[in-house]
Amino acid sequence: MVDLSTTYLGLPLKNPLVAAASPLSKKESTVRRLEDAGASAVVMYSLFEEQITHESLALDYYLSRGTESYAEAMTYFPDMEKYNVGPEEYLNLIQKLKKAVDIPIIASLNGISTGGWVEYARKMEQAGADALELNIYYLPTDTNLTGQELEQTYVNLVSDIRRQIHIPLAVKLSPYFTALPNFARRLVQAGANGLVLFNRFFQPDLDIEMLEVVPRLELSTSSELRLPLRWVAILYKRVEADLALTGGVHTPEDAIKSIMAGANVVQIASELLSNGINRMSELLVGMRQWMETFEYESVAQMMGSMSQQAVAEPAAFERANYMKALTSYDNRLYI
Amino acid sequence: MTRQMVTLDANEAVAYVAYRTNEVIAIYPITPSSGMGEHSDAWSAANIPNIWGTVPTVVEMQSEGGAAGAVHGALTTGALATTFTASQGLLLMIPNMYKIAGELTPTVFHVAARAVATHALSIFGDHSDVMATRATGFALLASSSVQEAHDNALIAQAAALESRVPFVHFFDGFRTSSEVNKIEQLTEDDMRAMINDELVLAVRQRALSPDHPAIRGTAQNPDVFFQAREACNPFYLACPVIVQRVMDRFASLTGRQYRLFNYTGAPDAERVIILMGSGAETAEETALYLNNRGEKVGVVNVHLYRPFSMEHLMQALPATVKSIAVLDRTKEPGAAGEPLYQDVVTAVNEGLVAGKALFQKTPRIIGGRYGLSSKEFTPAMVKAVFDELAKDRPMNHFTVGIYDDVTQSSLEYDPQFSIEAEDVVRCVFFGLGADGTVGANKNSIKIIGEETENGAQGYFVYDSKKSGSITISHLRFGPRRIRAPYLIGEGDANFVACHQFTFLERLEMLKYAKPGGVFLLNSIYGPDEVWDHLPVEVQSAIIEKKLRFFVIDGYNVAEKTGMGGRVNTIMQTCFFAISGVLPREEAIEQIKKSIVKTYGKRGEAVVQQNFAAVDSTLANLHEVKVPEKVTSKVTRRKAVPDAAPEFVREVLGPMIAFEGDRLPVSALPVDGTFPSATSQWEKRNIALEIPVWEPDLCIQCGKCVFVCPHAVIRQKVYDPKYLQKAPPTFKSIDAKFKELPGMKYTIQVAPEDCTGCALCVEACPAKDKTQVGRKAINMADQPPLREDERINWEFFLDLPDPDRSAFEPTTVKNSQLLTPLFEFSGACAGCGETPYVKLVSQLFGDRSVIANATGCSSIYGGNLPTTPWSVNKEGRGPAWSNSLFEDNAEFGLGMRLTLDKQNEYASELLRALADEVGQTLVEEILSADQSTDAGIAAQRERVAVLKQKLSQISDPRARNLLGIADALVRKSVWIIGGDGWAYDIGYGGLDHVLASGRNVNILVLDTEVYSNTGGQASKSTPRAAVAKFAAKGKGLPKKDLGMLAITYGYVYVARVAMGANDQQTLRAFLEADAYEGPSLIIAYSHCIAHGIDMRKGLEQQKLAVQSGIWPLFRYNPKLLDEGKNPLILDTKDPSISLEEYAYRETRYRMLLQSDEARAEALMRSARMDVEKRWQLYRQMAEIEYQLRENGGSH
Repeated sequence: MVDLSTTYLGLPLKNPLVAAASPLSKKESTVRRLEDAGASAVVMYSLFEEQITHESLALDYYLSRGTESYAEAMTYFPDMEKYNVGPEEYLNLIQKLKKAVDIPIIASLNGISTGGWVEYARKMEQAGADALELNIYYLPTDTNLTGQELEQTYVNLVSDIRRQIHIPLAVKLSPYFTALPNFARRLVQAGANGLVLFNRFFQPDLDIEMLEVVPRLELSTSSELRLPLRWVAILYKRVEADLALTGGVHTPEDAIKSIMAGANVVQIASELLSNGINRMSELLVGMRQWMETFEYESVAQMMGSMSQQAVAEPAAFERANYMKALTSYDNRLYI
Repeated sequence: MTRQMVTLDANEAVAYVAYRTNEVIAIYPITPSSGMGEHSDAWSAANIPNIWGTVPTVVEMQSEGGAAGAVHGALTTGALATTFTASQGLLLMIPNMYKIAGELTPTVFHVAARAVATHALSIFGDHSDVMATRATGFALLASSSVQEAHDNALIAQAAALESRVPFVHFFDGFRTSSEVNKIEQLTEDDMRAMINDELVLAVRQRALSPDHPAIRGTAQNPDVFFQAREACNPFYLACPVIVQRVMDRFASLTGRQYRLFNYTGAPDAERVIILMGSGAETAEETALYLNNRGEKVGVVNVHLYRPFSMEHLMQALPATVKSIAVLDRTKEPGAAGEPLYQDVVTAVNEGLVAGKALFQKTPRIIGGRYGLSSKEFTPAMVKAVFDELAKDRPMNHFTVGIYDDVTQSSLEYDPQFSIEAEDVVRCVFFGLGADGTVGANKNSIKIIGEETENGAQGYFVYDSKKSGSITISHLRFGPRRIRAPYLIGEGDANFVACHQFTFLERLEMLKYAKPGGVFLLNSIYGPDEVWDHLPVEVQSAIIEKKLRFFVIDGYNVAEKTGMGGRVNTIMQTCFFAISGVLPREEAIEQIKKSIVKTYGKRGEAVVQQNFAAVDSTLANLHEVKVPEKVTSKVTRRKAVPDAAPEFVREVLGPMIAFEGDRLPVSALPVDGTFPSATSQWEKRNIALEIPVWEPDLCIQCGKCVFVCPHAVIRQKVYDPKYLQKAPPTFKSIDAKFKELPGMKYTIQVAPEDCTGCALCVEACPAKDKTQVGRKAINMADQPPLREDERINWEFFLDLPDPDRSAFEPTTVKNSQLLTPLFEFSGACAGCGETPYVKLVSQLFGDRSVIANATGCSSIYGGNLPTTPWSVNKEGRGPAWSNSLFEDNAEFGLGMRLTLDKQNEYASELLRALADEVGQTLVEEILSADQSTDAGIAAQRERVAVLKQKLSQISDPRARNLLGIADALVRKSVWIIGGDGWAYDIGYGGLDHVLASGRNVNILVLDTEVYSNTGGQASKSTPRAAVAKFAAKGKGLPKKDLGMLAITYGYVYVARVAMGANDQQTLRAFLEADAYEGPSLIIAYSHCIAHGIDMRKGLEQQKLAVQSGIWPLFRYNPKLLDEGKNPLILDTKDPSISLEEYAYRETRYRMLLQSDEARAEALMRSARMDVEKRWQLYRQMAEIEYQLRENGGSH
């Protein structure tokens, strides 16, 4: 019997398949099904501070507009007892999920203001989240903003939050950093216990007939695995943090590659969204079969076995495309 | 339980008691009573119990008639039931009121008394509705103030139960119903103490029940009806005594003693005024003021008007009384006197005869009318009445408060007379509806009322526009309860605030300021530069009255703190800072507390934003050093230009400038008939941005013109020669209209009439290929464009309209060459209804008679001062009228019957006069093809010739024919209204008119709620949407009105949404008009009550259609004659999810945000509704009809 257990952010997990942040975690019932299908932990969908602020202001705008200005219609809507425009719904869900399932619940947060990040992080901890994943993404359009400044903002943010909360902290990153290993190390020094590689975003598309910009989120495919795979392999043991690989894990083989590259866990969303929650158990069965076939005893055994520092040819991870066309040779034969 | 001091309006104060002392509430929205039902619905939705611990059931009915019926049924079966209504609503309840009273069933109807529509509708307060119920057998109990209305709601309830006589408890609409005042709130213990549970059990025992059956509602014959009718007498005789006993019990509980007839004034008064309602409070305060100055006057405030107790009135009138003036807030044309007057005359006569009067000699009694439709009733007017009573020969049947220069009925009064106390602070605020001024002032009054020892009062005046509306707030506070139910007078305000700088050039606001008072102005100009930007009148008022003058750049603070156009909390902070009613720190703390209370539910971001606005205000508030001299070169603008017709200048102009109170009786039409085409003279300049046309990009599709809700963007095709005199910035390109070759083309905007809604920009399909953000129409700042475009607009209007016979209006682009005869209405910016109304006016306006149901369309279509229905260059245009809410289809049918009858009679006369008129002309007229504009134009010419000939013929039949000859030209009847009318209150009539087979066109402007009264649910409200009375989301699907009409088989039916398919909309309107039978068009009308970005209204229409919730179709019975399926679906299979459409609208989103589980469940059902209906439609559209001549099918 192979041992699938692993640890992530200090949390012992029964296997390395974690449900990534996605709409699947919006309901208690689907989270239960994720647990039943074998997920070892669930990262909840992200709480977006910007969305909370926007929804609150938008609600106020639409409820206020046109009111108190015409004698026959002082208002246009009934006054509801309450609106779930704050973080309460999210926090309540954390509490509900903690009661409903035994697997760890990792809250996910995307803030806009320092105050907001810290405040919501604290509330998530208080609500019972086992760990927190910071979904950091800022799209710089300001030509005066330097990469260094932006990175420093992120680092400061992590240390601010670290000071306020005690649960483990992971940072979900985008691949768009010039010197990712250095940045990763600084995040870890600032208090991150884990790194999640990588975030995927809505990418605007252009409708060339209507001449409009249309937001679009395509689900990932296995081919996308290679980008995070490389960086997990590079960062493994280079930074003192757990690594989660996400984006492109669709098959048992994808998961095994990820672990061999050095991931403590893989996070899966697209595959479950397109093929159903039960796909999680199929992946687990597949992993187990593969490990049995190839006589692996445990996840721990294979973890990082193909990281950059573990492979015979570390430079393979550093080559860019054209390098692959060159014939490889080993000059050690010519002493 | 200790009683709290609360600051609220009478609607809330009354509903508070009515809700807690009843268990079934059936209502129908009507201004100004809607608030009572809405509060009750909200409390019921929040599971607040009544005093017996159960949550009352609140049900919205299809009309007030329905509400009264439901209440009657509930009462009959033993419930404690109530309703709230006003005006026409109360009138619709009358048949049931006779029944309820006849059956001695205790209940209380709470009425915010409002004018009954006569020569015009009015939403404002008087007693004409209540007076119409005098004969029903209901007791009538009047309240004069918010506190009294609160108290009497309970007294009425208790007295009804004890006496078994049902009550109307009424208070003045708006003046009391909407006045915010500080009152002592009754506790539930008070209510329990006043309501005798034994009497409630008696109600249960009298109930109809199969467990102890009885029969009620029998039919009786001459043998017993009369006797049985008299059998109720003991109850009515006992009622006044019971009411007084209840009042006494109430007094021992609360210390507030009421009497059936409350007397206030000198015990030895010689002159007494008798009246009821809010005016009584004004009269009482004035009497006390005059008595302090040595006069001997008194006031009888009538509380229990029915049953009328002569004995109690006699006890109230002092023995010394010599003359009495009875004031009625109603008018009964042709009566011997108004009702209260007649009752007093009778009572005094009977009292003397019976020896019940304290006085020995018959006092002289005069009657007068005051305060119709919330006309101001001030201490000055009260004094005028007392003065009149002192005369040897006082005028009887007088009026007071107006100048009647026709029948000289009016008393003169001194408008300078004021009884305002020195220790009361009075403040007047001018705001824009959209800037939140009224809401902030309501909060301020609450703060002052509830956080200080002061008495406080707020009253709010609105103009009748739904976009760019002006609000005036009147606030008083001082060391006593404020008893002043009238507006703050000229020269009486300690504080005047102008929240919008542009008002200075339109309104005379400093007339309110008291010498030495404060003027606060929201100004983009700082303290050092503002002076030079003030009009002459403002400068001189500030100097002459020695006003302290403060400015704040509230716009800037609002912008920096993300408040947008809402300067409310900013100006509120200034008010507290300057007025000093509270220490600054405490004031700011209280403002913040009230912000949390008001906005807390909507999220922390809203609270923080408002906090930021408050915190950045004081640094921007500056006192201006007032110069000694007037230096301004600008003067206040005239309300209308000199070029306007005399009636517009002399009558409508003052109304526009808020000076309509000064117009004499002679200025007004005697029968409510007004000239058309007046909105063009009211230049409101409310748009911050207006559209600008880019000819190089324009494809001349006409879509911008088609969708414009205000008819402010127009296109014209014209001969190039006219351009010789074009203004320098007038734009023009070669026209691309195949029927009109060699012409020029222009799209022109009316800069001063545009509301800046930007629907035209959204509709514009032409984008710049090098920069797709630039369209053929783009918004730009209005002020720099205003003058040039005004000149261009005038030039554009003078260009000749293209000949209607030269093109067919069957394409969107062609149809928009037709002049709109509905323009510049006061509808909301971006209104979804008015583009359809405008389309009717373009296509058929010159030959249409329009019946318009009460609602938004009757308000933006017919509310004074100016109205949008217009005329073309020949002087023809839509003839429009509004009858009622419930009868509009019948009203329109009546118009059709006239036109048909006159056409028939005219044809008969024509044939009879054929020899004199000429056989050829007669034949041509009678056989004319009038199916096209060209055909109609030809017929008009023939009729003109005919009229010419008729005027030469001496046969009396020729004179008859002359009077109706125009009926020989084809006319269209359009019956227009909203979904509240068509689906609910008017549905019975609508159905009958559809069934009649007559040639009428019915346009339903479907906003899926009662928009005009503030978004109450109708049967058109879709499942899962939130509306008032569907606060938990409507649980049942929208009624399919179109399908119901289709079942007749001979009704043309179309469902349209111009934002989704403008060509289909146009086609439907043309087909409906062409169809020689009843036509029904149901038009998706996006609305402010949907909670959408109004700029995206057309896009929402498109999404509605794509989601399948609004399938487009046309059902044309004529197609059956051709063997075709009459149902044509103009929509493809749904292509987006319902949520993609719905969750862009607050009405759906707010359910998701407040009860996600229910939202999801309802949305699931709503998706099924869409699916089921779509499958039904699709199959219906696929049926192959094979009809045989002799009936039946193969």
